[in-house]
Amino acid sequence: MRFLPYVVAAWLLLVGLYGIVTSRNLVHAIICLSVAQSSTYILLLSVGFRRGGTAPIFLDVPVGTRAVDPVVGALTLTDIVVGATVSALLLALAVQAHKHHGTLDPERLKPERD
Amino acid sequence: MTPRLRRRVFLAAAAVAGAWLLWGLTGLPDYGVYNGPYGDVLNRVAVAERKATNVVASVTFDYRGVDTMGEEYILFAAVLGVAILLRAQRDETEQSPDEDAADRHAPATSNAVRVIGLGLVGPVVLFGIYVVAHGHLTPGGGFQGGVVLATGALLVYLSGEYVTLRRVSPEVLTDAAESVGAAGYVAIGLLGVVAGATFLTNVLPLGRPGALLSAGTIPPINLAVGLEVAGGFVLLLSEFLEQALVIRRPGEVT
Repeated sequence: MRFLPYVVAAWLLLVGLYGIVTSRNLVHAIICLSVAQSSTYILLLSVGFRRGGTAPIFLDVPVGTRAVDPVVGALTLTDIVVGATVSALLLALAVQAHKHHGTLDPERLKPERD
Repeated sequence: MTPRLRRRVFLAAAAVAGAWLLWGLTGLPDYGVYNGPYGDVLNRVAVAERKATNVVASVTFDYRGVDTMGEEYILFAAVLGVAILLRAQRDETEQSPDEDAADRHAPATSNAVRVIGLGLVGPVVLFGIYVVAHGHLTPGGGFQGGVVLATGALLVYLSGEYVTLRRVSPEVLTDAAESVGAAGYVAIGLLGVVAGATFLTNVLPLGRPGALLSAGTIPPINLAVGLEVAGGFVLLLSEFLEQALVIRRPGEVT
């Protein structure tokens, strides 16, 4: 149990990469990238977690209550925002790839000169 | 490289990389044992220093406010990028999807979806505003609230039609929200310079922890980010919907 979240993070990264490598559809590949990226959320939050710690929000609990690290929480927020923007850009590229090649299968996207 | 060979190469590489990764990760402190010090220091001093009860918000929008400004501009650049990638190409024409298949009519949105969708728009928008406005007090903030606000626009699309979405969120308005949000962050940062301190210094009155009007520049920055994110996501949404619903290459049958 001491390392289980780290193992989950490593597993998510590898299983996401496996999906990208074997993908037959660009949209599927983009979702696999999101899966791989979610490993970083788990890793960051696990590093900052403290057993029995509450969220670092001191509205109804007094300052000094056992709480988790707020720095990794803020980093994870950035991580999620960047992940969303990368997905949006890649999906836009996938839309254009489908328009020009009529397929989303990476195997059948042949380089061509316009 | 055939798919099968590629899979084998990947599995061999993944076995090595996975073992190496796990070896590195087991060197981290045990899960649940946090040794600090930064998180502990912030948890102890942030509420007294910034009067914001949400320490994550103090970190995001104050202690590392410049980084978050970069983050906001990443989002801005990505929305711009999507708009450029999906602009109408030379060989594309805009047309209504109805013209493609005059004999085939899409099923009309059912009344149940219409009623539930429209009924949810109000509460979702209100909740989005709440999440943005209380970012310095409770979990939430501009990024999260902005996305919730954009969901309101998606509900309008789901319960009506694409044209309804364009009518309730005209491009002028979403563009303006996005730009004002992006520029607002910098303007709030410049307040610090005007006040004689450094860029993004929290120079506004801090107030009392737990009050809606407290924490100085953190709520205004949350508002700017909320506008930017809501505008940006509605823009993304309309760009993608436009691809699916309006733009067609000549001769393309759907």
